[in-house]
Amino acid sequence: MIRYWFRKLFIILKNEILVLPSRVAVLLFVVTLLGLPLITHDAYLLRVLTLTSIFALFAASWDLLSGFTGQINFGHALFFGMGAYTSAILNKSLHLVPWGSIPLGALAAVLAGLVIGIPCLRLKGTYLALTTLAFPIILLGIVFAFPDLTGGELGISGIERLARSRMANYYICVVVMLVLCFAMWKITDSNMGIIFHAIREDELAVKAAGINTTRYKLMAFCLSGLFAGIAGGLYAHFMRIAGPSTLEVGLSFQVVIWSIFGGVVTIWGPVGAVFFLFPLLEFFRLWPQLRMLMFALVILVFLLYMPEGIFPWLRDKLEHECPRCKVRNNAARKVCRVCSADMH
Amino acid sequence: MIVDIIITGLINGSSYALLAIGFSLIFGVARIVNIAHTAFYMVASYCIYTAFHKFHLNPVLAMLGAVVVTTIIGIVTYKIFIQPIREHEAVVLIATIALAIALQESMMLIFTGEFLSVPPLVAGYTTILGVKIFYQHLVTFASVLVILMGLHLFLEKTKLGLAIRATAQDREVANLMGMNEARLATVTVAVSVALAAFTGSVIAPLSIVEPFMWLHPLIMMMAVVVLGGLGSIKGSFYAAYILGFAESIIVFTLPMGSFLKGSVALSIMILVLLIRPEGLFGIAFEEER
Repeated sequence: MIRYWFRKLFIILKNEILVLPSRVAVLLFVVTLLGLPLITHDAYLLRVLTLTSIFALFAASWDLLSGFTGQINFGHALFFGMGAYTSAILNKSLHLVPWGSIPLGALAAVLAGLVIGIPCLRLKGTYLALTTLAFPIILLGIVFAFPDLTGGELGISGIERLARSRMANYYICVVVMLVLCFAMWKITDSNMGIIFHAIREDELAVKAAGINTTRYKLMAFCLSGLFAGIAGGLYAHFMRIAGPSTLEVGLSFQVVIWSIFGGVVTIWGPVGAVFFLFPLLEFFRLWPQLRMLMFALVILVFLLYMPEGIFPWLRDKLEHECPRCKVRNNAARKVCRVCSADMH
Repeated sequence: MIVDIIITGLINGSSYALLAIGFSLIFGVARIVNIAHTAFYMVASYCIYTAFHKFHLNPVLAMLGAVVVTTIIGIVTYKIFIQPIREHEAVVLIATIALAIALQESMMLIFTGEFLSVPPLVAGYTTILGVKIFYQHLVTFASVLVILMGLHLFLEKTKLGLAIRATAQDREVANLMGMNEARLATVTVAVSVALAAFTGSVIAPLSIVEPFMWLHPLIMMMAVVVLGGLGSIKGSFYAAYILGFAESIIVFTLPMGSFLKGSVALSIMILVLLIRPEGLFGIAFEEER
């Protein structure tokens, strides 16, 4: 029995994964991420990777909303900050364990998604983008105005740890990120995901097909809020502080940069981009004065050459689509691996 | 207090109006959501600071120099970084964000993050109802009105202005009528950056010059543009004063006002949008072809 499953796994590995460079890359990425603590225990490296995982989840949630449905959200930090502050307050005042406070924080972010989604969905395109920018700033003003509950500019500190050891923290964040990103990818592959695609391409046509687009857009807001809220809760419990930085305009802009840089409408693009850009920004700490300037220049220069995002660009270089059956093939192949049509 | 509110409201409103109109122009003609717009405002403030303290120019010359230098920086960065990727709207968006960060960090490198100040163009003050009003306030307000009038004449009376308005309305047809769309976009970028630079150089003496001074005006400018209706210059004008006065009233009347000023102004914007989704004076755009 065990041998049977092992064989089956091996066949899947051979026929489905090893044939495409992008799938091999994803497999290597997951294995490396899960196996890294076995090789090194470097506290700094683990800390950077944990934060990277949290932000990767956050960036992927932006892609789910703005990439797929095309509703550009400039205030995505609202969900992150809502998740962070809610789980911090629940943990601090009600002494809820992280397992309880993070989901409740995410629920608060879903509610935030509903609250901003209902008025905002009357707006379109640039109006929507510029209006959503306002919400985290409104919440930030409220946070500053009630320092008793929210800690004002200092934020809420002394929150319970996610887990005792550094390793456990790392594994919780990485596994949560991998599982939820896989879930998001599955959502976008489902029926709902196809409707999201269609809304981005032509909302009027979707309406004409008898689909309630407002409901689906609201659904996108809530789902995206859920995942971003979980990221926010994880962040609060990992950093043990929920401060105004989780609501700043800078974070909203950062997530847009990450996602578009990695390639929108993919889920894996933003995740990869965060795993490229966040450690890069840490690496630039070697030159603290030039850090952000170099970061900005890297983005500007990369975009000049890869305007559709770096990972889709890379994938198009490594794989070609079969002209007959539209299955992706290794770029080196002469004939399609499924229908054996000539690739050129 | 009432005089205070009026003065602050007028000054804030005027600067938001100038910024928002520049932003509207560039959005209308080139379809660029230019996040770096207020970064040019910051660059101009630093230019005028340099002109005063390093080169000891007289104030008016310093202002002109700042506008010219900033406009050149604007055109050069547009040509290098934005123009090649113009067709990809989302990418232009983050390119302008990255550009704003790059400008902010360059200023941080050159001038450090210290709070700097610029002496006023016209020194001295007068007293109205027991409130000190600096001449700089009056000069700022007057020059903003003059510039707005000039811009109105430019857009309504000149051929170039007509071309800009036509392109904003319908890019394809304007192109078919023989307007060079790419050149027009460059001209609009220049005009818009010059407006931002002018705002920066008249506001600099009234506020502190620092690398992060572009963030708050950016948010308010976007709120103004949305509230007034995208592409409507009249709308931007009224909305700017509405939000400017809302801010100044909150700051002077509520105890935690300076924290809440942004929140309240933005809440007003959202309330208006709930009633009129296309803004106060906006026309609901037809679907772009």
